[in-house]
Amino acid sequence: MDKKMLSLEAAKARLLAVTMVHDAASGHPGGSLSCIDALTYLYFEEMNVDVKNPHWEDRDRFVMSKGHCSPAVYPVLALKGFFPVEDLKMFRRIDGHMSGHVEMKYNPGVDMSTGSLGQGISTAVGMALAGKVSKKDYRVYAIMGDGEIAEGQVWEAMMAANKYKLDNLCALVDVNGLQIDGKTADVMPTEPLDKKFEAFGWHVVKCDGHDFDSLAAAYKEAKETKGQPTMILAKTVKGKGVSFMENQAGWHGKAPNDEQFAVAKAELEAVIKELEG
Amino acid sequence: MGEKIATREAYGKALAAVADKYPELVVFETDLAGATMSKYFQAACPERFFDMGIAEGDMVGVAAGMSTCGFKPFVNSFAMFSAGRAWEQVRNSVCYPGLNVKIIGSHGGLSVGEDGATHQCIEDFAIMRVIPGMTVLCPCDGYEMQQAVEALINYDGPAYMRLGRLAVETVTDTIPGYKFEIGKGIVLKDGTDVTIIAVGMNVQMALKAAELLEADGISARVVDMHTIKPLDKELVLKCAKETGAIVTSEEANVIGGLGAAVSELLSEEYPVPVVRHGVNDEFGRSGKAPAVLEAFGITAEGIAAKAKEAVAKKAGQFSK
Repeated sequence: MDKKMLSLEAAKARLLAVTMVHDAASGHPGGSLSCIDALTYLYFEEMNVDVKNPHWEDRDRFVMSKGHCSPAVYPVLALKGFFPVEDLKMFRRIDGHMSGHVEMKYNPGVDMSTGSLGQGISTAVGMALAGKVSKKDYRVYAIMGDGEIAEGQVWEAMMAANKYKLDNLCALVDVNGLQIDGKTADVMPTEPLDKKFEAFGWHVVKCDGHDFDSLAAAYKEAKETKGQPTMILAKTVKGKGVSFMENQAGWHGKAPNDEQFAVAKAELEAVIKELEG
Repeated sequence: MGEKIATREAYGKALAAVADKYPELVVFETDLAGATMSKYFQAACPERFFDMGIAEGDMVGVAAGMSTCGFKPFVNSFAMFSAGRAWEQVRNSVCYPGLNVKIIGSHGGLSVGEDGATHQCIEDFAIMRVIPGMTVLCPCDGYEMQQAVEALINYDGPAYMRLGRLAVETVTDTIPGYKFEIGKGIVLKDGTDVTIIAVGMNVQMALKAAELLEADGISARVVDMHTIKPLDKELVLKCAKETGAIVTSEEANVIGGLGAAVSELLSEEYPVPVVRHGVNDEFGRSGKAPAVLEAFGITAEGIAAKAKEAVAKKAGQFSK
């Protein structure tokens, strides 16, 4: 898929994400919008999956370790074809199964239920370890938040992935620099991220998380890296694609009102129209 | 009857014995292979044994991920850490998605002995039991453990099983028609005045208590309730109806565990006096295991006293 088509899928996913959060009057738009490009790249370019057979045992796996970014995951899976786009209307509803945090039980294409930060990355390590034990050549991908990595379990998982030399595992940190209470650098400084992950035995690649060429180069390098797992540090903008949400910590877990939604919708529809034109 | 073996020892050997039979079985450890006895599996099948270091939360998560790829993980640590420290990982990464991971908690209860309160987990039954969909087991002896291991391997879903540190007398191998089934308690001795429903090594104590009670003219039934959840409701109700008084006995806090499960059922379905025997909501302490158990009343004599209390209550004699 060329860069323009990837941009189009990502723009559609952004519009769906903002729409479902608006309709549910709750959810997490900020971090979803920052990682939607990476997720789009994974599902439309990188990963080997079969929408008709979501449980195919040789498929590549994906874990959204920051499970609150369900408004990124569900739209991308819907656009990929795992379930109808109309199903997104059931997000966070009592009469539906599309839970507030990413949920595997009822949503085809979801490989792991997540929500409690720090836990998803361990499950991704488990999937990669399973691949090694069963001598299968599928790959495992994960996305973490830069606030999430304050969880101690993340570093336990880093050590385990290093011990078992999981070169079939590639995680990405969505480095948008913001979390609920403000700047990540103020809430709990985690830099220098590259040196930390390198010290834990991971191969580290930096990229621009909104540039598909940059993402492609990073994932290519990960695939070519043998004997150790790869961590992609993707520099991103929280709320990317909606002007008033960009770089605002306040949009971490807040839904736009009708007026704000109309603005966001118009902005994203303009992008889609331009890309389709 | 007779052989003395710790349930952790029986567990480790049973797991190793079926390593070849179940190629999907994988075993995780957190630096305690020689204590939880996962070392036997490690020796038998090193390629499916993973020592995750002292990182229980990660171990549970890794096992959860691996289970989604068709493996059947058993994760091992002391009860304090597999059930305690990793509780939230067990809840959110295993139980909520309903994954097939078996959580093993060795060294449960006060019988840890010398290591003291930080390692004497008396809360595991309660905190595992309250998670929706969780199964909670604690076999009483080596023979029962051996069968519980294979039953767990063949059970699809999350489960917690406590192992004991001390060697305990084997009592279930001579029971006619004995068959281990998750969720089905076993009547080890019949009786008419009171039923002692026990779990873990309190089962052996309960059998001795029944002898003490016999000498005092009280006929006590003894039930081995190896599964705390799902509770064998049918058997508990039958015992309540037939003996009219119940004593529960566990090497755990009397709050939230077997005693609570039995009380909850009977208060709703068939109220009879229930007296809970266990640790009375206090932390343990260091000492030789038998001395610690003695200090906290976790003995046959302690159970017998509770049984007399239950019989008195049945006769309407409630202390003011």
